[in-house]
Amino acid sequence: MSTSPSAAPAQGQAWDFSDVTRSNDSLRRFLHGLPGVDQVGADSRAASLGTRSIKTTAKAYALDLAIRMVDLTTLEGQDTHGKVRALAAKAMRPDPADPTCPAAAAVCVYPDMVGVAKEVLGDSGVHVAAVATAFPSGRAALDIKLADTRDAVEAGADEIDMVIDRGAFLSGHYLQVFEEIVAVKEACVRPDGHSAHLKVIFETGELQTYDNVRRVSWLAMMAGGHFIKTSTGKVQPAATLPVTMIMLEAVRDFREATGQMVGVKPAGGIRTAKDAIKYLVVVNEVAGPDWLDPDWFRFGASTLLNELLMQRTKMTTGRYSGPDYFTVD
Amino acid sequence: MTFDYAPALESRSIVDIKASYGLFVDGEFVDGSGTSFKTINPATEEVLAEVAEATEADVDAAVRAARRAHTRVWSRMPGKERAKYLYRIARIIQERSRELAVLETIDNGKPIKESRDVDIPVVAAHFFYYAGWADKLEYALPGNGHSGTRSLGVAAQVIPWNFPLLMLAWKIAPALACGNTVVLKPAETTPLTALLFAEICQQADLPPGVVNIVTGAGATGQALVGHPDVDKVAFTGSTEVGKAIARAVAGTDKRVTLELGGKAANIVFDDAPLDQAVEGIVDGIFFNQGHVCCAGSRLLVQESIADELLTKLKRRMSTLRVGDPLDKNTDVGAINSAEQLARIRELSDIGEAEGAGRWSPECELPTTGFWFPPTLFTGVTQAHRIARDEVFGPVLSVLTFRTPSEAIEKANNTPYGLSAGVWTDKGSRILHMAGALRAGVVWANTFNKFDPTSPFGGFKESGYGREGGRHGLEAYLKGGE
Repeated sequence: MSTSPSAAPAQGQAWDFSDVTRSNDSLRRFLHGLPGVDQVGADSRAASLGTRSIKTTAKAYALDLAIRMVDLTTLEGQDTHGKVRALAAKAMRPDPADPTCPAAAAVCVYPDMVGVAKEVLGDSGVHVAAVATAFPSGRAALDIKLADTRDAVEAGADEIDMVIDRGAFLSGHYLQVFEEIVAVKEACVRPDGHSAHLKVIFETGELQTYDNVRRVSWLAMMAGGHFIKTSTGKVQPAATLPVTMIMLEAVRDFREATGQMVGVKPAGGIRTAKDAIKYLVVVNEVAGPDWLDPDWFRFGASTLLNELLMQRTKMTTGRYSGPDYFTVD
Repeated sequence: MTFDYAPALESRSIVDIKASYGLFVDGEFVDGSGTSFKTINPATEEVLAEVAEATEADVDAAVRAARRAHTRVWSRMPGKERAKYLYRIARIIQERSRELAVLETIDNGKPIKESRDVDIPVVAAHFFYYAGWADKLEYALPGNGHSGTRSLGVAAQVIPWNFPLLMLAWKIAPALACGNTVVLKPAETTPLTALLFAEICQQADLPPGVVNIVTGAGATGQALVGHPDVDKVAFTGSTEVGKAIARAVAGTDKRVTLELGGKAANIVFDDAPLDQAVEGIVDGIFFNQGHVCCAGSRLLVQESIADELLTKLKRRMSTLRVGDPLDKNTDVGAINSAEQLARIRELSDIGEAEGAGRWSPECELPTTGFWFPPTLFTGVTQAHRIARDEVFGPVLSVLTFRTPSEAIEKANNTPYGLSAGVWTDKGSRILHMAGALRAGVVWANTFNKFDPTSPFGGFKESGYGREGGRHGLEAYLKGGE
């Protein structure tokens, strides 16, 4: 996999949204002027894509791709250095018995664990992602969120997964949400000028409507997010196939309008290989094959990885092995 | 490396196709007295079976069997007993759904995804639904509180090839629930699932003669419809044949329902949920290769969003997978017959000659069988033949409008009136449009959705009578007219 995703807008190509983001009113008019989403129709389209039958060579391709897209995650109060080291080792060598098995995309941890993870991962190519900005609720003052972000970046995080202020979004303070994303993105800049990549978490389970999902997707993309991400994993429902589909429509439309590509990360609730493959089908048919790359699509997951490995081993050996043949994180 | 979906073929080993089939009369398979014809797989042109062509004498035997069964058994049976048979048939259809789906796909050319997820489940749903009515007919129609036999008698039913088993269910389920017996003629190119249904009637111990299946072409249909001892004629098919049937039964006391052609407008307003509208347009015209009488074959899009919508639509059409109908990932299957393919080609060529812009996504079509790529025509006006004639194929005509009144005017400007679609975020506009459109079905923010509880039927040259729902009972009961 590529170790230097280049989602940053090419100079001179960046779309000018200054008219849109001049005031909260103009931003609201823009977001509310996006085409609506009919929930029944969106659900049925996602369900219908979910019936694709992915077999043999296609399944082998999808399983390996899904493994390469996993942001292996632990976000618990009980996290320890030992736990994070184990997770990092697992991300580099998901299947120690099979050297052909690809590595995961990243490990995703709280900011205070970034250093520990970085130590293990080194220059393996597996990234360290840190959740920041008062994850998961996002209920803190802006300067605290920014300090949280800088802290993680300084510790060596390659990617920052921020949460938006859902309260501000739901009360129509779109510009506040926009400016916060812009500020966090600035806080992602390292002293050497390189920048950690920014993933913007919406917590779609709290925003609830598909219209909101489409609006917040555009808001985050205009603010410069490199990735848009469904959920923290702490709120139910977390990622769903239709919500992810609507976000994929948004990145597709955004590229058409601006030439810029933005990544998508569903997180939480994707537990089986079968589910992961359904997501890849939606990526393929809705956003297009350009997004079938760890630079542009990720799964935020923990238990999913072993499910993918078990299916992968089944593909190569023709047998299902028990869970004892796969490492626990 | 790219994400190429490997072939995912549904196995056809579940179906057992015999070399030849007779007619199903009086509960038994019998040899026809006439010649036979071949039914083929339109995706491969492989001959599937020889099927008997019922003669006038064969039809007469079937009608007599139906009459006997009506007089002696079925009309006298209490509704709750008839219901038991219908429930049993519905359950057997569910149990044998994979077999039915595979057979339907092989004989018709439609994708297995559709026969599996739409046709067969809706077939079972129709039998379940009308089974529920069989003992409640006294309450079905206003002013008919009396009990006793109100069935019409023998129903002659002629169905098309686009949804072979589903059209059979639409015809047979309400007829039987109301105490009628039937003689049904499936389409010449798709007789096999009807013959498997006959086997299911035997499996369900349905009394002999209640359901009779006579296979054949136009002459068989004429003999059936014109038979002096049928009380009811139900036909689904082309407007041309529908008119001939109406003429044939004029002056008799036969009751008639006709479900004929269509040229539906699918109307997209500028405030529509665009991504879902694109799905609705695709479902509207490419579902079942466009072999759908209520297909949304005329896209009416508001001019202000026409470019954006067309860009999205073309991109979506490029992801349609055309090919082997038995592949579970196929979206668009084979055209049902060489004859139909010729008609689609002819009308499309006329569209091009008349100056409309023809576009199809790049797609590789199989070399044997009957195939036509998903196609759209832009720059179409009301004066183009492709905007007026029913193509009955995967061909969409794109027209534009400026105001709601213009949309209504253009949508209604057709001799047909079977269905229409409206796409808008405004509830009030949906209600206004539904009232103004002269079409039997108006879908709002969806298209081609079928449910047994919902009546279906046409205005104008799309026919008369309703099938489905409580309304569907009227066509098979005395006192319903």
